[in-house]
Amino acid sequence: MEKLQYLFSAYALIWVILFYYISRLQRRTKSLQEELKRLEKDLEEESSTPSSQ
Amino acid sequence: MKKNTLVDKVLPPLVCISMLMALAAALLYAPTEKVMGDTQRIFYFHVPAAISAFICFFLVFIGSVQYLRTRYAHWDRLALCAAELGVLFGLIVLVTGPLWAKPIWGVYWRWEPRLTSMLIAFSIYVAYLMLRTQGASGGQTPRIAAVLGIVAFINVPLVHYSVDLWAADQQLHPQRNVDLQPEMLYALYVCFAAFFLLLALLLRRRIELAKIEEAVEKMRQRLATGMDY
Repeated sequence: MEKLQYLFSAYALIWVILFYYISRLQRRTKSLQEELKRLEKDLEEESSTPSSQ
Repeated sequence: MKKNTLVDKVLPPLVCISMLMALAAALLYAPTEKVMGDTQRIFYFHVPAAISAFICFFLVFIGSVQYLRTRYAHWDRLALCAAELGVLFGLIVLVTGPLWAKPIWGVYWRWEPRLTSMLIAFSIYVAYLMLRTQGASGGQTPRIAAVLGIVAFINVPLVHYSVDLWAADQQLHPQRNVDLQPEMLYALYVCFAAFFLLLALLLRRRIELAKIEEAVEKMRQRLATGMDY
């Protein structure tokens, strides 16, 4: 029965590792999608502005 | 922006259900092993994680070979994403292994063939990821990484067959032909299915992220140079 702590620790660590990776993946995807939208907007503004030369 | 396909809609709930089934199979359905007791239940997630890591390392190998042959960016992208997931699953193996070993072998770690070769494989793919993060996306980096991705794979069969290559008295891992009760086998199959579905979902998501990273990098370059092509 005292050995159950190893089983519990192993399964807890598996889920911690997986949830950390998935949340990191989602956060990075979201921030890059927002940056992509912002860059597209900047590029549109730049192309619609007449050149000074 | 990418449209959600049927796979994107079906895969996440399928992974959630299969992981819950895997937990139930490993912790409730599978019978308790007579010698090792409940600690042996670590096996049901440890082994599928190891096989998932090997699949990822094989995908790195395929992606690297194909990139060197064709120079298509999608092969390089596959290799990079698979390497990251291989390290993730490898980490699960290296964390759960010692927790299984301590109550059974009396030590968390011993420098025996299977453990050592797995640690070496893990370290090589960590080095691969470090190379990718330090180097630029264009130029020499993908080519150097592809060569490393091919060379790194040489160690993977060594990890798998290490239990046969070295004498039994030099290792703690059992030989590969271990007899399992049918209920244990069914539980293991459920866990394999859950891990493979998880791998497929994470790989899709990671490749999607890599595509967005490349699009952002291109946009930044266009804005920096002021060119619209």
